[in-house]
Amino acid sequence: MPIQLEVRDLTVAYGGRAIVRAVSFELEAGTIGCLLGPSGCGKTTVLRAIAGFEPVTHGAILIRGREVSGPDHTLAPEARRIGMVFQDFALFPHLTVARNVGFGLRALHRRARAERVDELLELVGMQQAAQQYPHQLSGGMQQRVALARAMAPRPDILLLDEPFSSMDADLREQLAREVGEVLRRDGVTAVLVTHDQFEAFAMADQIGVLGQGRIHQWGTGFDLYHEPADRFVADFIGQGVILPGEVVDALRVRTELGRVAGAHTHGLQAGDAAEVLIRPDDLIYDESSPRRATVVARAFRGAEYLYTLRLESGTQCLCLVPSHHQHAIGDNIGIRLEATHLVVFPRGAAGASA
Amino acid sequence: MNTHSASRLWSAGIVSVALVLALPVLVIAGFVFVPAGDTWRHLAATVLPDYVTNSLLLMLGVTVGTLIGGVGTAWLTSMCQFPGRGIFEWALLLPMAMPAYIIAYTYTGMLDFAGPVQTSLRGLTGWGHGDYWFPEVRSLGGAALMLSLVLYPYVYLLTRAAFLSQSLCVLDVSRTLGNGPWQTFWRVALPLARPAIAAGLSLALMETLADYGTVQYFGVQTFTTGIFRTWYGLGDPAGAAQLSALLLSFVLVLIALEQSSRRHSRYHQTSQRHQAIRRHRLRGWRAAAAVAFSALPLLFGFLIPAGQLAAWAATIAHTVYDTRFLSLVFHSLGLAAVAALAALVFAVLLAYGKRLHPSSAVRAAVRLAGLGYAVPGTVIAIGVIIPFAWLDNTLDAWLRATFQVSTGLLLSGTLAALLFAYLVRFLAVALQTVEAGLGKIRPSMDEAARSMALGPGQVLRRVHLPMLKGSLITALLLVFVDVLKELPATLILRPFNFNTLAVRAFELASDERLADSAPAALTIVLAGLIPVILLSRSITRSRDAHST
Repeated sequence: MPIQLEVRDLTVAYGGRAIVRAVSFELEAGTIGCLLGPSGCGKTTVLRAIAGFEPVTHGAILIRGREVSGPDHTLAPEARRIGMVFQDFALFPHLTVARNVGFGLRALHRRARAERVDELLELVGMQQAAQQYPHQLSGGMQQRVALARAMAPRPDILLLDEPFSSMDADLREQLAREVGEVLRRDGVTAVLVTHDQFEAFAMADQIGVLGQGRIHQWGTGFDLYHEPADRFVADFIGQGVILPGEVVDALRVRTELGRVAGAHTHGLQAGDAAEVLIRPDDLIYDESSPRRATVVARAFRGAEYLYTLRLESGTQCLCLVPSHHQHAIGDNIGIRLEATHLVVFPRGAAGASA
Repeated sequence: MNTHSASRLWSAGIVSVALVLALPVLVIAGFVFVPAGDTWRHLAATVLPDYVTNSLLLMLGVTVGTLIGGVGTAWLTSMCQFPGRGIFEWALLLPMAMPAYIIAYTYTGMLDFAGPVQTSLRGLTGWGHGDYWFPEVRSLGGAALMLSLVLYPYVYLLTRAAFLSQSLCVLDVSRTLGNGPWQTFWRVALPLARPAIAAGLSLALMETLADYGTVQYFGVQTFTTGIFRTWYGLGDPAGAAQLSALLLSFVLVLIALEQSSRRHSRYHQTSQRHQAIRRHRLRGWRAAAAVAFSALPLLFGFLIPAGQLAAWAATIAHTVYDTRFLSLVFHSLGLAAVAALAALVFAVLLAYGKRLHPSSAVRAAVRLAGLGYAVPGTVIAIGVIIPFAWLDNTLDAWLRATFQVSTGLLLSGTLAALLFAYLVRFLAVALQTVEAGLGKIRPSMDEAARSMALGPGQVLRRVHLPMLKGSLITALLLVFVDVLKELPATLILRPFNFNTLAVRAFELASDERLADSAPAALTIVLAGLIPVILLSRSITRSRDAHST
């Protein structure tokens, strides 16, 4: 597939302070990329730079091989063939749903425009609301209209700025999956910005984790969870604790819970002090295990309990146990380590290193 | 007393106060049903078409003028960056301090044959009398221009607020959908601001219809001058009242327009989430054009006329500031202070009653009491004088019949009648301010205070009053200044030989003693700066809140 979007060594600075530093990534046509990170990490700035609302201090942005932003030039947003869905949807309150969707289709003739509007409304399942005004719609419906409006002119890139953040938490993941399906059905190349990893997992093919203005890791959700490139990604994605350990050989590390083996060499020397990421699902409840831990706290999660356990050394770790096994706080239970991925960092490495 | 009977008492009190305050307007409206007399038929056959045509043309002129001035400057100062923008942002409100009749005779003095402009023109060119054409300021077009110069801030204020409250995302969306900045302005920003523009325009047009001083001075025959002529010239109260009723129907259209615009604008709120405005930086000739466009209304609406007034006042400084002038100032300030206090008391009573007992009857009554702001002072004056005279005559007749005592006129022609008219006209100003202040005190605060064992009286004293203080002072000042500027109702209702600054300034100007009128006019303008300063402070505050 050809490269649809290329962000090359992008730096955006205000008054000498870099908000975004040396960010690079590429998206093939028809894929959905995601910039994931905590608030203030610069992800929205990257998106707005791609849209042409923020000038670029250093580096370049290319859409279909054409440079649209560079240090000395910024193509106007209206000339970039992009579509954007905003956090608050930003529907035009003075226009009906149909006219909102048709807003960017002025170049088309009336017939063609009406056809395209119908097509989009059908795609997002909003035909029945065509003649309604935005204030008559629920949040979810407004969002679908905003999506249809951004997709109508067939943009080269669709940009989505925290599009689900105003939705109920339990709806977000479902909506993210639905929107992802709509975009894939239309073969749209899109960039999503969010702070919610489950939205990112539900919708995106490729995810870049941003912290303090730079990309820490670029990969699939699976990779980010199981093979985080650094402490920042390990902390930000999923749950888990970091246990001290000692390198045994190129594939294995010894910890208080036993040996953990990985599929890839980790690059540390035997005998090196290391830190190992233990996910809650890496620890398994096993009453027959000689390794014991004390229940410090527990949180009911429906199918499971998430237990906080104290090991003999005093270190704490997390453990997911099916909820038909109930343990009280203070109970001593048996646990067994069953990690399929080894995530190891040199001891003392700060979260910002990579 | 239990809460139920307290509620009935409040409601009854508020409804009766509102009915008394609405009396003048109701009296005038009642004249629609009085059969037309000879005077009316005479008016309808002769001057009425002129009144209607001139009033409509005047409104048309003011519409064009205030839209260009108000919307243009609102867009420039809120969306673009150019030298002096921060100053223009508040300075564009200064013309509000200028009553239209004052700016009208100031320009007449400057632009007529003997004025400084034509004199220097002749000096430069050597032309004599009749050698050249010069636009006549004392004309319908001149009146529209004068009114536009002082009324455009209404449009500016509301439109600017609308532009600032527009979600930037909406404008950004338009850009991503292929529209340039200009197309975005025409296709998105302007349609979104339309309700606010319409509301501002209807306020400006209400003031246009209410104007008496400018059109009288310029000799333009409109409704207000017609009412005066019918009242004084023809001595026909019924005819004047019927003309007033017709004028009132024009006003009602404007009220309906304003109210529906405001209702509409709620739907035009696009977002609760605002980003800091990124103003479009103008450079070179564009920046120069923006400065010029913003400077014009400020220059002609305030700086030039204020400067001329100051110059005139300086020339006669040694003669005029005597005890007579001081008593004039004292009269005006005293009257305005009493009226402002009365308006504040009634406004608090009505607003508080509505908050405590928001029944539909109370809400309707409060709205009714607030309608006076749209009604021209001339109409209110006629509406006050007719029932007061009837009351005086009835009382006098009854006392004479029963006790053989004649009371003469107790109310008519007294300060009480004038104060009542002010109250009717300006209560809404105080009411709006107090209601806005009360609106900021959320019900949960009352409940929190009550839950901490405070009684209703203590809640008022320890929670509401401290929070309301600013609004109360603002309300007081706004009414004070409005009363100080008021002309037509004062002309009709003032007691014999009782003068205010506004009346004196107008009388002197009508006698072509422009310089002599300048001190009084300048005093009014200076007082008029108070609300402008209050408004600009709130603008500066909102600007700080917006530029994060």
